[in-house]
Order: sequence, then C-alpha cells, then structure tokens
Amino acid sequence: MTEALLALPVMLPAIGAGLTLLRLSQRAVRLLSVVVLTLVPADALALLVLADTRGPQALHVGGWDAPLGITLVADRLSALLLTVSTLITLAVLLFAMGQGTAEEGRRVAVVFHPAYLVLVTGVSLAFLTGDLFNLFVAFEVMLAASYVLITIDADENRTRAGMTYTIVSLTSSILFITLIALVYAAAGTVTLAQLGPRLAELPHGLRETLSLLLLVVLGIKTAIIPLHLWLPDSYPTAPAPITAVFAALLTKVGVYAVLRTETLLFPRGSGWILLACAAIVTMVVGILGAIAQDDINRLLSFTLVSHIGFMLFGIALFDVRGLTGTILYIVHHIVVQAGLFLAAGLAVIRAGTASLPRMAKWPPPGVLVAVLFALPALSLSGVPPFSGFVAKLALLEAGVAQGGAAAYCLAAAALLTSLLTLYAMTRVWTTAFAGRPMGTVRGAPGRLASSVTEAPEPQPGGVRGARLMLTATAGMVLTGVAVAVFAGPLAHIAERAAEDLLHPEAYRSVVLVGEGEHR
Amino acid sequence: MSTIDVTLALVVGGLFAVGFYLMLQRSLMRIVLGFLILGHGTNLLLLVGGGTPGLPPVLDGASADPDRIADPLPQAMALTSIVITFGLTAFLMALAYRSWYLTGNDGVPDDPEDRRIGTIRERADKDQDTYPDPEPDSGPDAGPADDGTQQGGDR
Repeated sequence: MTEALLALPVMLPAIGAGLTLLRLSQRAVRLLSVVVLTLVPADALALLVLADTRGPQALHVGGWDAPLGITLVADRLSALLLTVSTLITLAVLLFAMGQGTAEEGRRVAVVFHPAYLVLVTGVSLAFLTGDLFNLFVAFEVMLAASYVLITIDADENRTRAGMTYTIVSLTSSILFITLIALVYAAAGTVTLAQLGPRLAELPHGLRETLSLLLLVVLGIKTAIIPLHLWLPDSYPTAPAPITAVFAALLTKVGVYAVLRTETLLFPRGSGWILLACAAIVTMVVGILGAIAQDDINRLLSFTLVSHIGFMLFGIALFDVRGLTGTILYIVHHIVVQAGLFLAAGLAVIRAGTASLPRMAKWPPPGVLVAVLFALPALSLSGVPPFSGFVAKLALLEAGVAQGGAAAYCLAAAALLTSLLTLYAMTRVWTTAFAGRPMGTVRGAPGRLASSVTEAPEPQPGGVRGARLMLTATAGMVLTGVAVAVFAGPLAHIAERAAEDLLHPEAYRSVVLVGEGEHR
Repeated sequence: MSTIDVTLALVVGGLFAVGFYLMLQRSLMRIVLGFLILGHGTNLLLLVGGGTPGLPPVLDGASADPDRIADPLPQAMALTSIVITFGLTAFLMALAYRSWYLTGNDGVPDDPEDRRIGTIRERADKDQDTYPDPEPDSGPDAGPADDGTQQGGDR
C-alpha cells in the first residue's frame, strides 16, 4: 500500500502524459490532466500523514535494494513539499485552461498538456528520489519539459530567451554529471543515504571541492546571485501560467536539493559563512534589481531571485531553527509567488502589456484582481497577519538565537530586503492595480496594434475562461492565506522535518534496509 | 584500488576545454557543438571514474572478482546520460533552427533589455510629459538603441 503511494506521484503524471499524446479530444485531454493532478496532491497528502506518523517510507523500485537500484523515499520534508507543489500545479493548470478557453481564437498548443504533466513527473521524482543520479535525471525530466513549455509558440524574443534558458540549464546539468562522476569515483556510491559516511572519510580538501561544485551546480538551478542571470531574462517572456509554475516550483526544487544534499552529504557542526554571504548578496542585489524594473513580470522575477536568499538564510545557519525557517519559507513562497504571477497575469492580459508605465494608463483591472494581487504581495513583504510574516519571523528568530556576526548580518539584510520588497510591491500595486479612474485613459499612446484585449467582446467561452482564471488565482491566494491560518501545525511539521534533516539515522536505516555496508 | 588512466584523464580535460571554448562563442551552431563535446567529456569522465577500462561488465558464472569485472553502475549512468544528451541536443538544434528561421542569422542576439534600459529615461520623458525634452533623439543613452539587432522590449 505505502509502496503504491510512493510510486503514484511519479507514475500517474508520466502515464497521463503518455495518454495525452494519443489522439484524444481536447475535452478528454483536459479532463485527464485535471484528474491526474487532483489525485497526485491527495496521494502526496496521504504520504505526508504516513511519513509524519510512521517515519520515512522507502520504495525499492524493481526489487533492487538501495545502493544498486532506484530508491524512492518520502520523509516529512519531501512529502510536505510534494503536497504543496502538486497542489500549485493543479491551480496553474486550471488557470492555463481558462486562458486557453478565453483566447479561443488562438491555436491551442498541442504539446502543452503532455509537457506540463512531464514537468510534474520531474518535480515529484526530484522530491522523492533517494540517490544523486536520479536527482540528476529528475532535474533533466523537469527541465526538458520546461524547455518545451518556455518555447511553445515562440516568437523571436521568446526564442532568444528560451535559448539562453536552455543553454544555461544544460551547462549546469553537464556540471551535475561531472559532479556525479567525481563523487562516484571518490566514494563508490551515489545513494544519498550511503554517501554521508563515505564522504566523511575523504580528505578535507577533496570533500570541500565536491561540496562547492555541488553548490555551484544547484546554485545555477536555484538562481543564487551571481549565478542568477538567466532567470529574470527568460521567465518573464513565457505566458503567465507557465511563468507562475516555473517561479513556484523549479527554483524551489533546487532549494530542496540544496537542503537535502548539504545536510545528508556534507553535514556541518556550525553555520556556513560562504552560503551566508551568498544569501545576503542574493537578497539585497535581487531586490535592488527588482526596484529598477519597469516591467511587471521582470520585477516579480527579480523578487523571486531576491527571496531565494531567505531560503539560503536558514540553510546557512545550519541548525534546527534555521532549517525550520527555511522549510516554512519554501512552503510560503511556492504558494505566494505563484499567486503573484497569476494575479499579475490577469492584469497583463487585460492591459495587453507588461510595462508598468503603460499599464498605468489603462483602467485598473477591477477590485477583485487588485485584492488578489495585494494579498500575496503583502505576504511576500512579510506584513504581519500573512504567511510571509510567519516564515520570516521563524528565520529572524533563528538568526538571533544563533548569534554571531554572520547571523546578525543575515537578519539585517533580511529586514532590509523585506522593507524594499514592500516598496516594490506598493509601486506595482499603485501603478498597475489601483490606477487612475476610467475617464483619463482613452487613446493611450504607443500601444501595439496587435493589442488583444481592448474591452474584449464577451464571447461565452471568453467569460467562462476568464471566470476559471479568476477562480484559480483566488484559490491560490486563499491557499496562501491558509498557510498563515495553519501556521501552527505547519511550523510543528517543519520543525520535525528539520530535526530529521540534522539527524538522518531513520532516513538511512529505511533506505539501506537489510543492506549492510557492502562494497 | 585501481589507478587512473592518464591518457583518458587528459582526453577528458581536452574535451572540457574545447567544449567550454565553443560554448562561449556567439554562433548558435558552435554552442550546440560545444554542448555535444562537453557531453562526451562528462560521459567519458563517468567511465573513467568507474575504474580500469576494458573489462567486461557482465560475466557468466559466479566469478565476481572485482579485478576481473568492470563496475556496471557507471556504464549504466553513462548510458542514461548519453540518452539525455542526445534528446536535448535534438531539441537544441531545433531551437537553433527556429532562431535562424526567425532572425535570419545564426548569432546570439543582443539582449533587448540592455538596450531598452538604455532608452528608459527618454521614454519616461515621453510618457509622463513632465520634462520638456531638450534634445530629442540625441541623448547619450539614445545612440546605442538604433544600431544592432532586432526589435526591443515591447511585449
């Protein structure tokens, strides 16, 4: 039973992707995607309950035991993130379907559904995998799907951006295989559970080199500054739902990989100065970049980069409180960032442009959309009743509790970044969402001739699609609010997950069941 | 404990150098070739990491003497990574072709955002109409916007 639960998050979307490639009708394909993406979060939730009550669960695929075969492991951390992530993929799918319905005249890209399901397969596999090589494979599955999604129906600009994105990601993948080869040559295994003790026996210099190479590889995938340059360049060019799912998931999977590998492979007794510096630079430079933008999607992409720094904050502290804060922050940020991109997408679709000065000349997109943007924006800035506040408080408390110059610098940078985030978000909200009243907007200059939505003619499909988009965004925002409401239980789970990360004995014994240290 | 083959190690280093050099070029075709060569380098590295080359990975019978058998795991990993590299190369070629088809050349175009930021002040003046523009089209930032590649930041 538990084995089926473990296999399903990977199997279901993969099988679904295969089925959507058959010549089914549009309606059948949509139904299939929705059913698959409803089942997967339910399954992930069951895994979370199981992992929380009975400890980590492992599945040895095909009956080959851990060091040789493929192992899927679910502990509290992976099950928690899997639940949140797959829930988001469902909301984004609904939004994308709504957008597809609303723009009925445009050719619907056939590859969207299969590529999207393959992306979910990769994300699930990345969270559940128990060895380094499969982590690489999971990243490749996920990224290959994302290359397709980012270049669907690409015009010149998106091809350019997609090329940048693809080549940077591929370079990091090549470095990842290099790392795996070196790790295997040094330690003779790629199973995460086995690597910790094996790597501890290596000479100090070699161990540090591998650790740094790993950080660079995952740093490119996670967009840690100075390895972030590809992200604000490529994400904003994609359509809103695709940007939303990339922003919510791809970088977070990277952070999860950092969290998992650095705790299992290279455990440390104290804080990590190098990562602390990277976190500070990421937070501050990212948010300054965001303030300089006047394109709403680019601005949000820069805040995404900036807030990766918060997640590194907790990892740099490397104690239970810090890791708890990081886990809470990942959960909060997945939901909130997706909500922001979707709400911004609603406004951009209405205005036909993503440039803030031009959006200011158009009527505001209505109270509901304005509220849907304001809630996650406030949450991202860390204003008290929302989830961002809870996560930031946990991080700041962890920093102060650990003490020391690095921790205080991190806390100061985090506070500064939150303040600047609030500024950036306020600017976006006042220009794009709370703009001037209707009378002053006619005949805005410099608008593209191909503008889509000059008071769109209400076709039946358009109205239905718009309603679906609005519902999906509202669902996402409400999930963000729910994260704040259930902050108590979430924080407890996050704390237990952080304990597991720092004391991985249970994880090791489950993965290496019946296998002595052989080889 | 087997020792590493120096020749193979040098070949891996050479492939890496050539691959990265090619990836730093501005022609998309060279970038694709660089990616291919880098892929070969890493696959070879995986095999070198697996121990002495040239031994059979699977033997019949019960002989599991590590001196007579090659480690099959890195070979499996190299195979997986070859498949992945192959698929992604096909995608990359398609993308490069698309880029060539749309822009008419094989180069990596300039980042339109850079040039757009260069013209940002000019546009802000036009949009808000607060500052009378003293010298239209001849500001220090306006120059680079006109040369080079294709259309700018209108999305």
